[in-house]
Amino acid sequence: MNIARRSFLAFLIGGAAGTALSPLPWKLTDDLSIWTQTWPWTPVPPDGEYSYVNSVCTLCPGGCGITVRKVDNRAVKIEGMAGHPVNDGGICILGASGLQLLYGPRRVKAPMRRVGERGEGKWETISWDEAIAAAAEKLEGIRSAGNPQGVACMVGDRYGTVPSLFERFMTAYGSPNFMSDAAIEDSYRITLNLMHGKNAIPGFDAGNADFVVSFGSGVIEGWGSPVRMFLAHGKWKDENKTLVQVEPRLSNTAAKADKWVAVQPGTEAVLALSMAYVIIKENLYDKSFVAENAAAFEDWRDDEGKTYPGFKTFVLNGFSPADASKVTGVDPSLIVSLARSFAGAEKPLALCGRGKGNTPGSLHEFMAVHALNGLVGAINRPGGVWAIDVPDYVTWPKPGLDEAARAGLEKPRVDGADGGAYPYTESIISGFADGVNSGSAGYGVEALLVSGANPLYTLRDAQAVRKAFDSIGFVVSFSSYMDETAAQADLILPNHTYLERRQDVPAPFGLNMPVIGMSRPVVPPQFDTRQVGDSLMGIARKMGGSVGDAFGWESYEACLKETMGAAWETLEKDGILVKADYAPEGWGEAFNTPSKKFQFFTGAYRHGENKDLMSQMKIEGEAADFPLILIPYDSMRLASGPVADTPFMAKTIEEDVLIHDDVYVQVNPATAASLNLREGKVAELTTPVGKARVRVHLSEGIGEGVIALPTGLGHWANSKYIAGKGVNVNRLMSPVADPVSGLDAAWGIRAKLARA
Amino acid sequence: MKKAQEHTAPKKYGMVIDLDKCTGCGACMAACMAENNVPFREDETDKNLSITWLRVYKLTNGKKFPNADVCYLPRPCMHCEGHHGHSPCVSVCPATATDYSYDTGIVSQIYTRCFGCRYCMAACPYHVRYFNWWDPVWPEGMEKMLSPNVSVRTRGVVEKCSFCFHRYQIAMEKVRYEGRAELAEDEYQTACTQACPANAITFGDLNNHDHAVYKLKTHPDAFRLLERLGTNPKVYYISSREWVRRQGDNYLENEGKVVAKAH
Ligand code: SF4
Ligand code: SF4
Ligand code: SF4
Repeated sequence: MNIARRSFLAFLIGGAAGTALSPLPWKLTDDLSIWTQTWPWTPVPPDGEYSYVNSVCTLCPGGCGITVRKVDNRAVKIEGMAGHPVNDGGICILGASGLQLLYGPRRVKAPMRRVGERGEGKWETISWDEAIAAAAEKLEGIRSAGNPQGVACMVGDRYGTVPSLFERFMTAYGSPNFMSDAAIEDSYRITLNLMHGKNAIPGFDAGNADFVVSFGSGVIEGWGSPVRMFLAHGKWKDENKTLVQVEPRLSNTAAKADKWVAVQPGTEAVLALSMAYVIIKENLYDKSFVAENAAAFEDWRDDEGKTYPGFKTFVLNGFSPADASKVTGVDPSLIVSLARSFAGAEKPLALCGRGKGNTPGSLHEFMAVHALNGLVGAINRPGGVWAIDVPDYVTWPKPGLDEAARAGLEKPRVDGADGGAYPYTESIISGFADGVNSGSAGYGVEALLVSGANPLYTLRDAQAVRKAFDSIGFVVSFSSYMDETAAQADLILPNHTYLERRQDVPAPFGLNMPVIGMSRPVVPPQFDTRQVGDSLMGIARKMGGSVGDAFGWESYEACLKETMGAAWETLEKDGILVKADYAPEGWGEAFNTPSKKFQFFTGAYRHGENKDLMSQMKIEGEAADFPLILIPYDSMRLASGPVADTPFMAKTIEEDVLIHDDVYVQVNPATAASLNLREGKVAELTTPVGKARVRVHLSEGIGEGVIALPTGLGHWANSKYIAGKGVNVNRLMSPVADPVSGLDAAWGIRAKLARA
Repeated sequence: MKKAQEHTAPKKYGMVIDLDKCTGCGACMAACMAENNVPFREDETDKNLSITWLRVYKLTNGKKFPNADVCYLPRPCMHCEGHHGHSPCVSVCPATATDYSYDTGIVSQIYTRCFGCRYCMAACPYHVRYFNWWDPVWPEGMEKMLSPNVSVRTRGVVEKCSFCFHRYQIAMEKVRYEGRAELAEDEYQTACTQACPANAITFGDLNNHDHAVYKLKTHPDAFRLLERLGTNPKVYYISSREWVRRQGDNYLENEGKVVAKAH
């Protein structure tokens, strides 16, 4: 091929030299190009005055600073904002193509009411007054019929003014069913609550760590604040720091890591605890931290005299490298050397939460990994994990409640996140569908409000979610785009996109300092849309009574301004407020557990859970019927949250991921051979909850018996550039409730693959 | 304005891409598309037809699980110098629609001259050139994001990476306006370099001692693609992995270490 190309090249060079000497072909080709290129329908972008507007990207929890280039009133390019504390000029593929969402074909251009069947796509455009009245009237009806608890609400982010307004609305209205999208941040929050006794989110001083063990975290695949992690990764390369990736599949992070530890899927916690075994057994742990600042390391006794095994006993009794090797498939000598290097490093750091971190995961695993950080003292110190207080700037007085609200709020939650079973969890979005379908709360769900989330696409076991949706009489979407959930709604009150609205952006995930960002209108609203805060307040006011009274602000912007108080000016000017001199709390003040110390496992469960600490998260399906294990994988080029790929992103989907409308499933060649499947063959993939047509891609990046599908495909609403392509892996998966948190901890599902 | 009229030393813009840092995230591709008004279609899975001035390739080491390895390789136009500016593509173009600039080392593409014979596409060993088989179509409203700095192409012409040449022009205008002689390193950077969240791409004048690329290109792990063809590309790669360096030039099993000959 090499030779052929060279001779082809030589031939062409000779041919061209001859023609180029004569002026005639020159003239002819000039004419030819004039003839072929004067098509009137090719746009000529108008020139104008250039300007640059700084704002914050909110397309993921990353919170990157952006600089938008404008020509007159048109935004023409989004770039990373140089010097921004999160991303310093860098940007991700989604952020860089954000204008395709702003100017995209799937914008909801005005309030709309469904006129055809649900999902049929027949809408009538209505005025804002009509839309608000329609929502208020319906909600008022449900409330006066004595079922306010029968209204549920799903939001994307947990913090900030807009989610807080929804939460306030639900409280004033009288429903306990306020839910937010769950992710690893929720598992980390519960971990820090149990082990530190703090209501905190984790901050990772990743850039300053020198030996990082990541338990499946997609460090360069969108985990945490993506661009920030890219920068940290680059720094590790520059400074010869070590990254070890523990993951069943050769992800990009695994490929870039200094060492890839191919672990059996779902056994990461066992590996972490076996590392702890070696560290304890060989006396490599941070003795002063453990002795002075940690509790429940040794066996301990509670006030009533009951004894509990300490972390040491627990680990030494079951996690020797020889035992762990049988479960994890990792060589015992590798576990030992990994543990020694980790404990021997100056600034070791262990991370967890799979892929981008869109699925909360097993709390046991989070606690095991966090215990590793505890053992080496990598807590609240440079290069370690810092507990950052959750954003607390929304300090509105509680809304007044009327009789109906008080009664409604007394009712059990539909998603099961009630004090009893899951005392640490605020909401369990993955448990909602089951709750609705089984009627376990004892009342019917009659209405659902959805803002900033796309549950019909992102929640697992899509059939169950769909069934729940179908049973809910009134679904209101506040989406800017016609996504899967909006397409199934009855009423859409479209929000401005992130480039058209002012809104606070609290705490990018994983940042080790308290930061508040502020997005601002980069361009005026392109359509007849409204900031969702104003829509919600409009509904409340229309309803009047105590619900209306809960929203005394004149407008969303007035509310935002009042909430931000003294910070408003800085936020307006810089778009960001950083506590620059922030230092983590010293170990003396860091822990607010009963012992005022870092709590290892048994000490952490303050409510005396009787849960089997070693239970591995079992995934759905039996090996006899479903011999394979399907795991999802994330990629930067496939947006897998509430928004879908832009057309530019869809262009970058690799040729071993998608061909026309078929997705490739990654299969180890030996597994494929045993199933009589070859490269590119069409196959049927079946799991306990669904079936799909896929094509086989042989990959040495995955072990025998395990297969992998990308997340982010299989959209059905959305633009033609991404809809109808591949399979939504969430449709093939089933959520598995974590025994401690109740949040979705499914890391895979049993599956089978057969020739189609 | 004597100073402005002085001859400036000829520049040779080039890139050094650190494959150890590149994560394959694709931000550079999207930034390039947005910067250069690159069109898109409903089905972009046929990569020979999918116009991507900068394409990030995936290389695999061919080993079995769990010794398999992957490396990403971003591939812009190499802006080949050949021997004294005889880039493979420039040499074959009958319309002088593509040309080698001795001032900047940039291989241009002038759409209004191109009449679509596609000789250059055959001549380019790096597959960086794409033919517009269709007129570009933007969904209604999306033409608003088109940049006036880069002309929109029509059916029938070839397009490729220009090292964001319009950015050079804009930066030079400013330099001239301010009566300066030289362009500073950070005044002219390509869109992909600017976007890369991993800082994997370094861009600058390969002739200029003060530019980062000058030193980086002599890195012991630096190499160029298909170096032995004599295309003399101005894009260098750095990889600490021997198997990656070998794939850069179809090395035979038992050949020695891969080293770049410096520009
Ligand atoms: S990483 Fe997240 S916040 Fe940053 S540019 Fe990308 S989508 Fe936006
Ligand atoms: S943006 Fe940078 S890291 Fe991402 S693919 Fe391009 S060169 Fe690689
Ligand atoms: S890479 Fe191809 S298009 Fe670019 S200069 Fe070289 S031969 Fe020409």
